[in-house]
Amino acid sequence: MTTDTSTPLPQTVPRDQPFARGLMPAPMPVQFLDHLGHRVQVFNDDYPEPSGEQLVAAYTAMVIGRRFDIQAMALAKQGRLAVYPPSRGQEACQIGSMLALSKDDWAFPTYRDSMALVTRGIDPVEILTVPHGAAHCGFDPRANRTAPQCTPLATQLIHAVGFASGEQRKGRPTVAMAFVGDGGTSEGDFHEALNFAAVFKAPVVFLVQNNKYAISTPLAKQTAAPSLGYKGIGYGIASEQVDGNDVMAVLAVLNKAVAHARSGQGPVLVEAHTYRLDAHTNADDATRYRDSDEVEDWVRRDPIARLEAWLCDGGLIDDAFIASVAQKAEAFAADLRMRMSVDLAVDPMSLFDNVFATPTPQLLEQRAMVKSELEAEEASR
Amino acid sequence: MTLTAASETSGTPAPAPQQVTMSGAINRALRDAMTADADVVVFGEDVSTLGGVFRVTDGIARDFGQDRCFDTPLAEAGIVGFAVGMAMAGFRPVIEMQFDAFAYPAFEQIASHVAKMRNRTAGRVNLPIVIRIPFAGGIGGVEHHCDSSEAYYAHTPGLKVVTPATVRDAYTLLREAINDPDPVIFMEPKRLYWSKGSIESAAAATTFDSFGRAAVRREGTDVTLVAYGPSVDVAMQAASAATESGWSVEVVDVRTIVPYDDETVVASVRKTGRCVVVQEAQGFAGVGAEIAARVHERAFHSLHAPVLRVAGLDIPYPPPKLEHLHLPGVERVLDAIARLQWDDNADTHFFPHGTASGNTANGNQGGAA
Repeated sequence: MTTDTSTPLPQTVPRDQPFARGLMPAPMPVQFLDHLGHRVQVFNDDYPEPSGEQLVAAYTAMVIGRRFDIQAMALAKQGRLAVYPPSRGQEACQIGSMLALSKDDWAFPTYRDSMALVTRGIDPVEILTVPHGAAHCGFDPRANRTAPQCTPLATQLIHAVGFASGEQRKGRPTVAMAFVGDGGTSEGDFHEALNFAAVFKAPVVFLVQNNKYAISTPLAKQTAAPSLGYKGIGYGIASEQVDGNDVMAVLAVLNKAVAHARSGQGPVLVEAHTYRLDAHTNADDATRYRDSDEVEDWVRRDPIARLEAWLCDGGLIDDAFIASVAQKAEAFAADLRMRMSVDLAVDPMSLFDNVFATPTPQLLEQRAMVKSELEAEEASR
Repeated sequence: MTLTAASETSGTPAPAPQQVTMSGAINRALRDAMTADADVVVFGEDVSTLGGVFRVTDGIARDFGQDRCFDTPLAEAGIVGFAVGMAMAGFRPVIEMQFDAFAYPAFEQIASHVAKMRNRTAGRVNLPIVIRIPFAGGIGGVEHHCDSSEAYYAHTPGLKVVTPATVRDAYTLLREAINDPDPVIFMEPKRLYWSKGSIESAAAATTFDSFGRAAVRREGTDVTLVAYGPSVDVAMQAASAATESGWSVEVVDVRTIVPYDDETVVASVRKTGRCVVVQEAQGFAGVGAEIAARVHERAFHSLHAPVLRVAGLDIPYPPPKLEHLHLPGVERVLDAIARLQWDDNADTHFFPHGTASGNTANGNQGGAA
């Protein structure tokens, strides 16, 4: 039952509607667990609680995801990666979104969604191929049903829409999960993607990870909207906002959003309120634009700690399980460290592959030039 | 002599083939491609019920259904990005940008995604997308409706850039573009939409292989004119007029700017020893500059004169009443031909004002100073 009295739900809302408030997001973020891991009931009455099994899986994936993120940041600081955009603190969003998808669904991530890719089962070395400098996308998008991580913000959202619509036209029940941040909602492509998705009823779930900063620019300079979740309404998209550090709520909302999209009722926009605990990248200095009190406040709302507390209270996990997950995460990081210490061999001639299916005569000329340069270099050694 | 007569009659005295417009040829190519492959879909602004503002897609939605020819919201980046996703799902989208300058909002999608997806994914994801763009001027269009934007695309690795100059090529090049595994920017010269020709023999073909092959539209021995799209017709008219001055002019139609056919162009210039590149686009940093540079690099010792360019002025596209001054016409092409060192006098065209003197011994040094 709704405990908030300031914005009561009209009693006439039909219970069979996918989103009880129609297009409107809840007036406050949907939350199941408070920061201490206590079960609360605020604006969540029409979302079924995720299964214990899903929550335990989420816990494991969040611990491994965070360990990956910390390891990747360390590799960047050691100079083994050109750059790394961390997302520590956003585990509930990234892991929750992936666990809400079925294996045949697709993800359209941004550069910051590496933990989501780990959860998807993509080899972490392949994920880090881009900052490792060996290729623009290290994994096979088709095999992993995940589009390349996208740097031009919001541009891949419209790909997700076209893809999901295409899958629907082909009669396949695929859902696309499209990722964007708070900054990305200012891009034109975000709005075009929402509009196209709504008009074509594309089975897409837009997940806005509102981590409060676009590099240094705070949300208040990005938008005057009461919530980024409201941006769906104008396009006719069912929208919701959720506590993005509460994976139980994230899963509850996204499970429903994915089912809504898959059933042909159109797209859903979900704003997840979260926080980027680290700087934009290893090259960024977050102390220039925010103070440590603010960061500390968000550390107290940690997504892993609160789920761990709740799972322990409910007897779903115990200390031995927690220790085994921690061990698994350490092994994951150790394996990654070891494999990243090997320099990747990159074939220089691959420069000319995949510009086109068949290289143009001009590319073949340039290929021959580079080849002879390298041969001469080799011979002079 | 007209372009059609020069390039499209085979010489067999058969009954006159049925004439269609270039717009009709493109429509037929879309239909034939859609019939041949159920994954070919057409979408864009006003392409469905209306048949497009130039009626290029006329009747396609009626005959193939709204699922295969549909209108989209009015947002070009959205249209191109949507096509990227559709292609990833297995379709072969043929999308329309309503006018050249209206494609600019989609430039990021085209340059950062359409052109690069194959490369970014190491060949695992290719995008068989055709982006049709009615382009260039000469139709009295108002601003933002007459841009020659081919250089932007040709300068972007990963895009094929095609522009037909004949009705037959409009059909065959579009069929080939739709069959291509890579993205193609298909630039349709607006002023040729109503030109007429025959596509009967072309439409009977099952394979198309004109990409990367320039076409010699008219043979000649003294000068090579290199042109593409709307400028081929101008070159043909100039070639015809040049015979009055005793010049035998060869005309090469580039057809596909990317992939570019160095071989045919250079072979022609080696034969004639002189070359003028004609393009409607503003000249600075344009496709014509690239062609001229490539000819110099490859055929310098065959040249009797520097390669000259006849191009649009380096101005924003002018209002309709002034476009005739902007567009390269027959006279400018003939003037350029006349400057191709037919005698030993220096070309004074680039001399500083007041120093023009083609007969001085150091004339060239003066020009370079």
